[in-house]
Amino acid sequence: MSFVHLPAWLGILDRKLLRDLWAIRVQVLAIALVIAGGVSIQLLSAGLMTSLQETRRVYYEQSLMADIWAPVVRAPDRSVQPLAEIGGVQAVEARIRMPARIDVPGRAGFAAGELISLPEGREASVNRLYLEMGRLPDPHRRDEVAVLKGFALANGLLPGDFLDVTAQGSQFRVTITGFVLSAEHVYSIAPGQLVPDEAEFGVLWMSHLPLAQLTDRRGSFTEAVFRLRDLAQEAAVIAEIDRILAPYGGLGAYGRKDQLSDAFVSSEIDQLQTLGQVVPPVFLAVAAFLVYVVVSRLVQVQRPAIGLLKSYGYSDLEVTMHYFRLLMIIGGLGLLIGILLGAWFGHRLTAMYIRYYDFPYLIFRASLTDYVIVCAVSAAAVVGGGLVAVRRVARLNPAEAMNPPPPPDFSRGAGTWITRFDFIDQQTRMILRQIVRWPGRAALTVSGVTASLALLISVMTMTDAMQHMIATHFAEANRYDAAVIFNEARDARAEREIARMPGVTMAEPFRAVPVRIEAAQRSERVALMGVVEGAELSRLLDAKGRPVTPPPGGLVLSSDLAARLSIAAGDDVRISVLEGRRPVRTLPVSAIAETYFGSGAQMEAGDLARLLGDSQLASGVYLRLDPALETAVHDKLRDAPLVTGVTLQNQARERLSQLMDENLGVSLGVFVIFAAVIALGVVYNTVRISFIERQRELASLRVLGFSRGAVSYILLGEVALLTLLAIPLGLIAGAGLSVYFSHAMASDLFRLPFIINPATYAFATLVILGAAALSGLLVRHQIDRLDLVEALKGLQ
Amino acid sequence: MPQTAAPALTDTGNCFEVRRLRRVYGTGTAAVHALRGIDLDLPKGELVVVLGASGSGKSTFLNIIGGLDRPTEGTVLFRGQDISKATDRALTDYRRRHVGFVFQFYNLMPSLTAWENVALVTEIAENPMPPLEALALVGLEERANHFPAQLSGGEQQRVAIARAVAKQPNVLLCDEPTGALDSRTGVRVLEALKTVNENLNATTLLITHNAGIAAMAHRVIEFSDGLVREVRENRSRIKPSEISW
Ligand SMILES: Nc1ncnc2c1ncn2[C@@H]1O[C@H](COP(=O)(O)OP(=O)(O)OP(=O)(O)O)[C@@H](O)[C@H]1O
Ligand SMILES: [Mg+2]
Repeated sequence: MSFVHLPAWLGILDRKLLRDLWAIRVQVLAIALVIAGGVSIQLLSAGLMTSLQETRRVYYEQSLMADIWAPVVRAPDRSVQPLAEIGGVQAVEARIRMPARIDVPGRAGFAAGELISLPEGREASVNRLYLEMGRLPDPHRRDEVAVLKGFALANGLLPGDFLDVTAQGSQFRVTITGFVLSAEHVYSIAPGQLVPDEAEFGVLWMSHLPLAQLTDRRGSFTEAVFRLRDLAQEAAVIAEIDRILAPYGGLGAYGRKDQLSDAFVSSEIDQLQTLGQVVPPVFLAVAAFLVYVVVSRLVQVQRPAIGLLKSYGYSDLEVTMHYFRLLMIIGGLGLLIGILLGAWFGHRLTAMYIRYYDFPYLIFRASLTDYVIVCAVSAAAVVGGGLVAVRRVARLNPAEAMNPPPPPDFSRGAGTWITRFDFIDQQTRMILRQIVRWPGRAALTVSGVTASLALLISVMTMTDAMQHMIATHFAEANRYDAAVIFNEARDARAEREIARMPGVTMAEPFRAVPVRIEAAQRSERVALMGVVEGAELSRLLDAKGRPVTPPPGGLVLSSDLAARLSIAAGDDVRISVLEGRRPVRTLPVSAIAETYFGSGAQMEAGDLARLLGDSQLASGVYLRLDPALETAVHDKLRDAPLVTGVTLQNQARERLSQLMDENLGVSLGVFVIFAAVIALGVVYNTVRISFIERQRELASLRVLGFSRGAVSYILLGEVALLTLLAIPLGLIAGAGLSVYFSHAMASDLFRLPFIINPATYAFATLVILGAAALSGLLVRHQIDRLDLVEALKGLQ
Repeated sequence: MPQTAAPALTDTGNCFEVRRLRRVYGTGTAAVHALRGIDLDLPKGELVVVLGASGSGKSTFLNIIGGLDRPTEGTVLFRGQDISKATDRALTDYRRRHVGFVFQFYNLMPSLTAWENVALVTEIAENPMPPLEALALVGLEERANHFPAQLSGGEQQRVAIARAVAKQPNVLLCDEPTGALDSRTGVRVLEALKTVNENLNATTLLITHNAGIAAMAHRVIEFSDGLVREVRENRSRIKPSEISW
C-alpha cells in the first residue's frame, strides 16, 4: 500500500505527510502508545479518585449517614429530647444496638454480629438503609430481620431463610426479609479482627419494639446517632453529648473518623488517592520525556527532506508547519488512544471498586482539568521534541541540510584509537567507533531504555512493598496463630483455662480498652493495649524492625497515630479511658513504632491496670497453636461461652492479601501493564530509529561485501551494547524512583516501605531485554530485506 | 592566468555580479578552501556552462549564487541586490521566486510521485507551467505516477529537471543534469534547458564534465582549485543535437 492515488484536493505536502506516516506506521503507533500510557494512567487515576469520592459522598448524603455515634449502656428515651436540642444537631435517632452471635444453619460455628433497631413505622432520619432485595421487617412481627447483603451473600443466605440469634443471654429465631446495604457498614469488622471479613460478621436490622422486648431494653436505647448541620462544631457537640449521656453509662461519642467502617473506607480510598496522586504524574513526565527524545530523533532523520524543501523556497514557517502537522497527528493519535483507554479503564476500575466497596451505585466523573493537563503535557512533549529538532535543522543552510549530518566536530579525532584494537574484530570496532563518534545518539538510546526500565521497576516494586508489609505484620509484629477475644475482661483463670487446651502451645494475655488520646488540639479514639513484659506474640516494631517495648509508666504509639496527633517521642498526651471509672491521665510517649496496618497505643499491662484501677485483667489472649490441631482448637474456642471472637492468623493473612490485591493491587497491576507498554514502545522506537539513521550506511556496507549477519551485528550489536549499558543505570534509577514513591506516598494513613526485591529487578530487566530482542528481530528482518539498489538510489 | 575583470562596469544587464567570493569549510587545520576569491559577471539570459575538475568548487559556487549557502567572504549581487548578506527570509523568497535547481545528488522526495515532486514546487511558484507539461518536456509524462524508487537514476534526474523548469524561473541552476544520461536523453534534456533559457530568458548555469556541451553555451567558465581559471564567450553556438557525447 503506497497511496499512489490520493484525492486531488489534498495538498502535495499533505500527501507526503500521509505517506511518510504510513511508512513509519509501526513507529507512530509505538510512540502513540507511549503517550497513551502516560495519558491514560493520569486520566484513569484522576477519574477513579473523583468518582470514588463522589460516589461515597452521594451515597452518604442519600442514606443520611451519621456524623456522630454515641454508644451508651442504657439511656432512657426521655434523654433523646435534650440530645436533639444540642446546638448544631440536625437530626438524632435513638436505637438499640447489641452484639449478637449468629448461628447460620448449615454453617460450622457461630458468626459474630450485631442487632440494630429500626424506627417504628417510619424511615430513619439518620443512617437510612438501602434495600437491595426483598423488604424491610414488618414492625408488627418480632421475628423478622433485614440482613447486611455482604454477610448474606458470603453465607449463601436468601430471603425467607432463618437464623438463630443469641443476644443479651436470650436466644431466638428470626426470618430474613431482605438484603440491605448500610453506609455505616461498608466494612464490618468482627471484634478482635484486623481485617474485615464479610462472612464472619453479620448485621441484622429488626424493628425497634420487638428488639427492645427481646433484649430487655424497653423505653431505653443503647446508641444515639446524629446528623449535624453544616458548620456545626463536632468536638463541641460530642462534649455536650458525653455530658448528657454520662449518667446512663455513655461510652464516649465519636465522629466519622473514628467510625470503623468509614475510617476503613477512607483509608482505602486514601491509599488509592495517594497512589493516584504520586505515580501518574511521574508516568506522564517519563512518557513525555521519552516521546520528546523519540520524536526529536525522528525529525532529525528528515534532515535532507527539510533541506530540499527549503531549497525550493519553502519558508522555515512552512516547513515547521508541515512537521507540526505530522507531530500533531502522532500526538493526537496518542492522546486519542490515551483518552479512550483512560476513560474506559477508569470506568471499569471504578465500577470494580464500587462493587468492592458495596456502594449501591456508581457515579463516574473525570474533571475537565485532567483532560486539559494531559493534552497540554502530551502536546508539549511531542510538539516540543519535534519542533526543537525541526528548528535545529531549519537553521542550517539548505545546502548543508541536504547532506547527511557529519559526526559532531569534537569527535573527528575520536575513535581513531579504536582502530588500533586489532584484537577485536572489525565489526565490533565499528560499533565502538559509532558510539564514540555519536555520543548524543548513544546517550538518547541509553536514557530511553534507562527511563523505561526505571518506571517499570518502580511500579513493580510497590507490589513487593505491599507483600513486605503483610509479611512483616504477620511474621514479625503479630506472631500469634490465633487471637481470642473474651466477652468481657477476665482474670488469669480464663487465660489458664485456654492455655491448658490441647493444641495450644503458648498463650499471652492482652488488655484492650477504648481511650481517647489528646495532644494540643487533636484527639484520636483508639484501643489502648496492655501487653505483658517481654511479649513474644504481638509486638510493636520500630522503623528498623526491632521490637519496641513500653518502658514502665510509658506509652508507645504507632507512627500513623503519632502523625495524626502530630506528636513525637517524649511529648505528653492526655489519655481519657472511655469505660469503667473513666480515669483521665497525662502520660509521656516513650517511643513511636512503625506499624503498617492498624494504629495503636501500647503500655505495659501492669501500668494499664493501675491506670484503670483494677486488678490485671485480660480482654483476650494471643495463642500459638499446634498446626495439626488448629481447626479443632478454633472450633472449640469459637463456641466457648466466654469467647466472642476468634481470629486465625492464616485466614487473616489470606484475607488481608486478598484485600490489598483487590484494592491497591488492581491499580498497581494497571500501572505495571502501562509501564511495560511504554517500555516496549520506547525500545522499539530506539532500535528502529537507529536503523533509519544508518540505513544507507548499512546498505553501502552490504554493497562492499559485508554479509547480512555482519551488517545486522553492526547495528543490533550497538543497540544491544547500549541496552546493556542502560540496564544497570535503569536499575539504579528504578531504585531511586522507588525511594521517591515511598517518600512521596508516606501519608498519615498509608506508607509503602522501600524495599529491593531482586526477583522484581530481574523480571523488569527481562521485560526490557525481551522488548529489545523483539524489536531487534523486527528490525533484523528489515535489514535482511534492505533493498540495496533502492537504498543506494537515494544516494545517487 | 586570464580573468574576467569587469569591475566598474555596473551593467544593469548582469544577472549576477560576484566579487572576491570565498568559501571555507571548517576551521583551523581542518579548513577546506573550496572557493578562494571568485570575481565574475554573468549577464542576464545567458546559458553558461561551468567546467572544472572534481573538487574545484563548482557545486559550492552554484549553491551560493542559488541562495542555498552563504559565502565566507565576498559579495554576490543578483540584479543589483546583495544576496550574500540577505536575511534568511529574503533568501527563501529569492529561491522561491527566482531560482530553479537541479542538484547533483538527492533531488526528489521519496514519498512523492514524479508528478507530485514537480507539483511540490509549482504549488508555491508565481507563474508555473502545469507539472504534466514539464514532465512531457523531459519525456516522462507516462511515468507521472511513479515514485522515485521506481525510476532509474537518469529518470529521477529528468524529473528534477522538469521540476526546475516547471517553475519557469529567472535563474536555472543545474549541477551535472546529464551526468547519468545516455546521449539521446541527454540531448532532450539539453534541448529542454535551452528552450527555457530562450523562451523565458532565464539565466542558466550548467555544471558538466562533458566539455562537448560547452559548445552550446553563450559563455564557458572553467573552475580550477577554487578559482576561475578561464571565461570565454562562444562566437557561434551549436545545437544540442550536434553535440558529440
Ligand atoms: N560540507 C563540506 N565540508 C567540508 N568540505 C567540503 C564540503 N563541501 C564541499 N567540500 C570541499 O570543497 C571542495 C569543493 O567542493 P565542490 O562540491 O564544490 O566540488 P565540485 O567542483 O562540485 O566537485 P564535483 O565535480 O566532484 O562535484 C572540495 O574539496 C570538497 O571536498
Ligand atoms: Mg559538484
